[in-house]
Amino acid sequence: MSDNKGDEKPVESKVDQEEKRVGVFVCECGVNIGGVVNTKAVAEYIGTLPGVKVTSVNKFTCSDSGQADIQSKIKEHNLNRVVVAACSPKTHEPTFRACIEEMGLNQYFLEFVNIRDHCSWIHMWEKEKATEKAKDLIRMGTERAKLLEPLQASEVPVTDKALVIGAGVAGMQSALDLADMGFQVYLVEKEPSIGGRMARFDKVFPTNDCSICILGPKMVEVARNKNIKIMSYSEVKAVDGYVGNFNVKIEHKPRYLDVAKCTGCAKCSEVCPVEVPYDFNEGFGTRKAIYVPFPQAVPLRALIDKDNCINCKACAKACQSGAINYDMQTSYTDLNVGVIIGAVGFKTYDPEPRHDFGYGLYDNIITAMEFERLLNAAGPTGGHVVRPSDCKEPIRVGFVNCVGSRDKATNIYCSGVCCMYTIKNAQLLKEKRPETDHTVMYIDIRTPFRAYEESYNRSRNLGVKFLRGRPVEVKEDPVTKNIKVRVEDTLAGEMRNLEFDLLVLATGIVPNEGIGQIQQLLKLSKAADGLLMEAHPKLKPVDTTIDGVFLAGCASGPKDIPYAVSQGSACAGRATILLKNKKAITEGITAVVNPDVCVGCNVCIPMCPFQAIKFDEKAGKANVVKALCKGCGTCVAACPTGALEQSHFKNNQILAQVKNVFKFQEVAV
Amino acid sequence: MSAEAATTTKTDGWEPKIVAFCCNWCSYGGADSAGMGRFQQPASARIIRVMCSGRIDPLHVFNAFLEGADAVLVTGCHIGDCHYVNGNDKTKIKYKYLENVAHELGIEKERLQLNWISASEGEKFANFIRDVTAQIKKLGPSPLKPEGVA
Repeated sequence: MSDNKGDEKPVESKVDQEEKRVGVFVCECGVNIGGVVNTKAVAEYIGTLPGVKVTSVNKFTCSDSGQADIQSKIKEHNLNRVVVAACSPKTHEPTFRACIEEMGLNQYFLEFVNIRDHCSWIHMWEKEKATEKAKDLIRMGTERAKLLEPLQASEVPVTDKALVIGAGVAGMQSALDLADMGFQVYLVEKEPSIGGRMARFDKVFPTNDCSICILGPKMVEVARNKNIKIMSYSEVKAVDGYVGNFNVKIEHKPRYLDVAKCTGCAKCSEVCPVEVPYDFNEGFGTRKAIYVPFPQAVPLRALIDKDNCINCKACAKACQSGAINYDMQTSYTDLNVGVIIGAVGFKTYDPEPRHDFGYGLYDNIITAMEFERLLNAAGPTGGHVVRPSDCKEPIRVGFVNCVGSRDKATNIYCSGVCCMYTIKNAQLLKEKRPETDHTVMYIDIRTPFRAYEESYNRSRNLGVKFLRGRPVEVKEDPVTKNIKVRVEDTLAGEMRNLEFDLLVLATGIVPNEGIGQIQQLLKLSKAADGLLMEAHPKLKPVDTTIDGVFLAGCASGPKDIPYAVSQGSACAGRATILLKNKKAITEGITAVVNPDVCVGCNVCIPMCPFQAIKFDEKAGKANVVKALCKGCGTCVAACPTGALEQSHFKNNQILAQVKNVFKFQEVAV
Repeated sequence: MSAEAATTTKTDGWEPKIVAFCCNWCSYGGADSAGMGRFQQPASARIIRVMCSGRIDPLHVFNAFLEGADAVLVTGCHIGDCHYVNGNDKTKIKYKYLENVAHELGIEKERLQLNWISASEGEKFANFIRDVTAQIKKLGPSPLKPEGVA
């Protein structure tokens, strides 16, 4: 048990006796810090603190020249502690750790002080106060730096298997890329078929190719790939462990039939007497209680919807392969994987509860997703767009953009895809039936990517009308069931009263159901909008703050298909770094027991959620198993004798900061 | 710059000093997000980073008061979101104890506050600092502040 201590003690004592020679490097971050904080005054003040041998101000400390400055000063002044006062350690700590390590210093001899995000950016108009605060923060950091002790980051082995959660187009891309690189992939999908949302679209912008025609082959490719194990109709129930070594429990919901025997012939559906609204068609038309999810489903297997099954057993008689098993139970699989890719997708905004623009009150108002299914040749109407009230094909069709997007009452963000799919939907119907008349009511039309603006132009050339304005009143004509819209044409500056046979709401992208559960299982952060957070919005768009966990697709914000596919590939690429190296570097920060002080009271043991503290019966003392310790320090705060310490966050290190928040006022006499 | 600074000091007067303990994963990130979103806030808080709010020891909190803190903030991930499973649950329990001791020491309840702030809640972080600062400005300097401390 004292082995851990034994390794470290000689190093510590040697360093402790050494005189502390601190170099403080203040970054101006261009004008981000320099424009607010008087960095010269800060550096001058910090230079007067005991132990500070040199201070330096750089325009960009993270640049090549900035890092070279640190390295040359380490050499010149024989520095043994380095303080960098710049942006956030969450983004730049690794950079400077590597920088000082190159000069032979232990990487944990770096103290990072945040004077940008926590100072200059939030006190932009209080330059003097910001300067004083920067002085305080750096003084705190400098005093802490003097007490820092050397640590070794440890390496952990990485299981060369991956888990992909969500088999939409992003998740499938991740799985395919990883599998093609030779890694075993488990692809978990909560729905009975893979394919995700894209499988439901009719045609996809800007090229208007048939969605399932391009997705279907990819789905089959996933199913045929020997390195991919599809776990459809399954959900992740528990995740344990850490980068390289995640233990995951997968729950398989019962399909009530033997997947190995079922051939997907759908004879069972033919005889089933129960009809329920068909979720795949957005509730239009019906499916049976035993059904194949959709004709291109992968796996092409039926399942029984037990909530609606009446147990008549007609399907069992019809099934020639004897696949039906009414007693099937939920089953579980335990997996061990090195990396996890979360591609949990999205759902479209539901306008029903708020009755946005009359949705849910009047028959002839539908969502774009419903329109999408009506347009689809395999949809409930065989590709004929009809209005729900009388099943007549509409002539005058209105489209309302930004429903559940760019609206303080629902979601403030732009969903990014609605302009394009509305343009596409109007185009498709106009092409099918040129006699139709289309009006798109929008706030702004956003067509940022390749060939998108061209698609917009094409719609206008086809005769689709674009009216800038948001409907202020939507009513139904009680006789004709037509929809009457009052809208301000903000370009012409006049009110318009329009009448439509059908009104289509362009509903935005919102977080998928179950995103909260995945967030908690994977320990990710969720933003105020309910979407998951990436490690860095620009430079680490698919990484998360959890090592070994990546995000692809709409889980981290609205995306169109090319973007989601790119992210799927990006995740596979990032994950491969770990999978191929077969090792990951983890922080050296852990709890450490001082056996001379430990009285074996066992208070710490239940504090640890990772069971990392074991009671050493022979010695009568607590013992921290370093491989299990994640370094949270909760046990340390609980230890009544002070026998436990958290390396890099020792009490004296934290207290050095606490004490140096304040200074005795230099009384001006 | 000096002219502008002079006007701000004249109007703002005394600025309390608040020690904010933030966990690495959530509230520290929340403070970063406040910066990224440029959510302006009083220059009163001095953030001390720990890996988990569970690491925050009564020792740290009361030392901060004894050194001169006008308020101490204990912050962490939302319950259920702890990076270390349930460190913040333990913080919550410990915080009750902290409150009791603070009360016995005659520290007003506004001076010790607990808040759960996620890494994305920059605006919440800024509002929290603004609110606490306003409350403390009303109360004035901490009764435990030693003489001569700024």
